[in-house]
Amino acid sequence: MDRIPILRMGSFLIVTIQVDMHDRLAMALQDDLTSKIAATEAKGVLIDISALEIVDSFIGRMLANISGMARILDAQTVVTGMQPAVAITLVELGLSLPGIRTALNVERGMELLRTSLAAAGEPDAEDDDAAFEA
Amino acid sequence: MRKMTMPLLKREVLPIRTETDVVMVRQAVRRLTIEQGFGLVDQTKLITAASEIARNALDYGGGGEAQLETHLEGGKKGVRLIFEDKGPGITDIAQAMTDGFTSGGGLGHGLGGAKRLVEHFEITSTPGVGTRVVLARWK
Repeated sequence: MDRIPILRMGSFLIVTIQVDMHDRLAMALQDDLTSKIAATEAKGVLIDISALEIVDSFIGRMLANISGMARILDAQTVVTGMQPAVAITLVELGLSLPGIRTALNVERGMELLRTSLAAAGEPDAEDDDAAFEA
Repeated sequence: MRKMTMPLLKREVLPIRTETDVVMVRQAVRRLTIEQGFGLVDQTKLITAASEIARNALDYGGGGEAQLETHLEGGKKGVRLIFEDKGPGITDIAQAMTDGFTSGGGLGHGLGGAKRLVEHFEITSTPGVGTRVVLARWK
């Protein structure tokens, strides 16, 4: 079965969703991310959805689940790059994604994660040296 | 509500048997809304509504089919989608339409949310026979 790749960069995990996911693929991503947070002791998760043309209630629920599970595992999540048409549709659908932090793009999302981890006193929040030691 | 005697331009029928079929329905709806000249927000709304209803047909109705139609009515272009399954049906439609109600593992925004995303919404369901949902939007 296909999998959405998860990249590790220092204490962050980065996912960019580039395909129209069927439901099982979305569930697999949720499971993979949760295990990877635990395995790598990641402190931040960034999910870029700029290539997603729609977010329906299933994908919305997946994003909320990931964010909730990450929080329990002591990691923060930010969802980046949501297209305006997707945001308008989501709100009308009745999903305002409570509890999910968002940023306009990956750069701002990384900044948000770094700032909030630095504020939480994580020593390696600004440290990129540990990058790619997969 | 618009009358449903719209001049039909074209109809295609897609099966909804697997999760991949739900993705195929989304992509077909995207293509038809683009053909009909819908703007991006209108495209996104109809595709999202179609995704919710197609998933319901698969998850709760045990699969079914989607008829995708393009129409031209008095110079207005539209896309009309009919989803049918032969599942157990819905006994209380009013309850199923309520936000927050779900008999599955979802958030319960599917039916009510889909209705808000389209200009025409129709649901008929007979317990033991199946469910039929019609969605339409015009440019």
